[in-house]
Amino acid sequence: MVIRFDKNVRMSKFAKETVRDSLSVALTVGAYGVAFGAAGVAAGFSVLQTCLFSLLTFTGASQFAAVGVVASGGAPLSAVAAATMLGTRNALYGIQMAPLVRVKGLRRLAAAHLTIDESTGVALSQAARGTDAMRAGFWLTGTGVFLFWNLFTLLGALGAKALGSPASWGLDAAVPAAFLGLLWPRLETWFLRSVALASMVFALVITSWLPAGLPIIASASVAILLGWSKR
Amino acid sequence: MSTFATWVVLIATSLLCFAIKLLGHAVPERWLSNARLQRINALIPISLLSALVVAQGFVVRTHVVLDHRAAGLAAALAALFAKAPFPVVVIAAAATSAAIYHLH
Repeated sequence: MVIRFDKNVRMSKFAKETVRDSLSVALTVGAYGVAFGAAGVAAGFSVLQTCLFSLLTFTGASQFAAVGVVASGGAPLSAVAAATMLGTRNALYGIQMAPLVRVKGLRRLAAAHLTIDESTGVALSQAARGTDAMRAGFWLTGTGVFLFWNLFTLLGALGAKALGSPASWGLDAAVPAAFLGLLWPRLETWFLRSVALASMVFALVITSWLPAGLPIIASASVAILLGWSKR
Repeated sequence: MSTFATWVVLIATSLLCFAIKLLGHAVPERWLSNARLQRINALIPISLLSALVVAQGFVVRTHVVLDHRAAGLAAALAALFAKAPFPVVVIAAAATSAAIYHLH
């Protein structure tokens, strides 16, 4: 009895902290959905299409990339390619999360869909609290971000539709600012900062030579070149 | 872009992004454990996001221009240096850009 009681206390303690971590991330990140909802509508997607992006694609940077390329006049293929390349990191997250969640069938599809920066990040951050906490962190954060991200996408899309002209409300600057906000926390070292700067210069220089949208995809060559050669 | 094309972008992006996520859950770990592949994979978001910042901030179709959006991005940069949270960064950019847009 004493042992069971003790165990329960410990379990509820890790649960409380993990729930708090998961929900705070879910709410903060979910709120960015407003920016995506606005960006989607400003790029010419309908409110329905913008909401479907958040439901079906459900990986923020890729969604922003797809509507961003469309907004800049790029071809459909460029939009899809940019979004897909930004989504490749989710495969590496999946490799780390699969042995943790260990699910089959439909639940595996759900786990895959919820495999994003935040669910992986929170799961890994719970390592000190044990495997159960990591698993709880993954599902709670994934589900929480999914709910809030979709809710706020709808609000942003409806808001942008009601506001009208994107430039008049600064929405055309809000989108690159959102990209900058997504980029900023990744620039941890001088090497990564120089990769970012080189990619910006490269994309601007080739802008006049390539059709709209392609410079974005071509900038991946900077990543490949520098990632290939570094040590 | 036509309505048809926007649906193509939506559906293709969603299918491919989901396929990538599922791939990670399905393949053995060693398949993607190559160090060079991981290094490149970590750099790709940085390159693409950087290109997206300038393509969205300084380009009209295939021309590099300096307009109200640049002022918005400068405000976003200032907010990021001041360690402002994400919504503040985006709102600062939008407000600054809109102000410059209406001054012209």
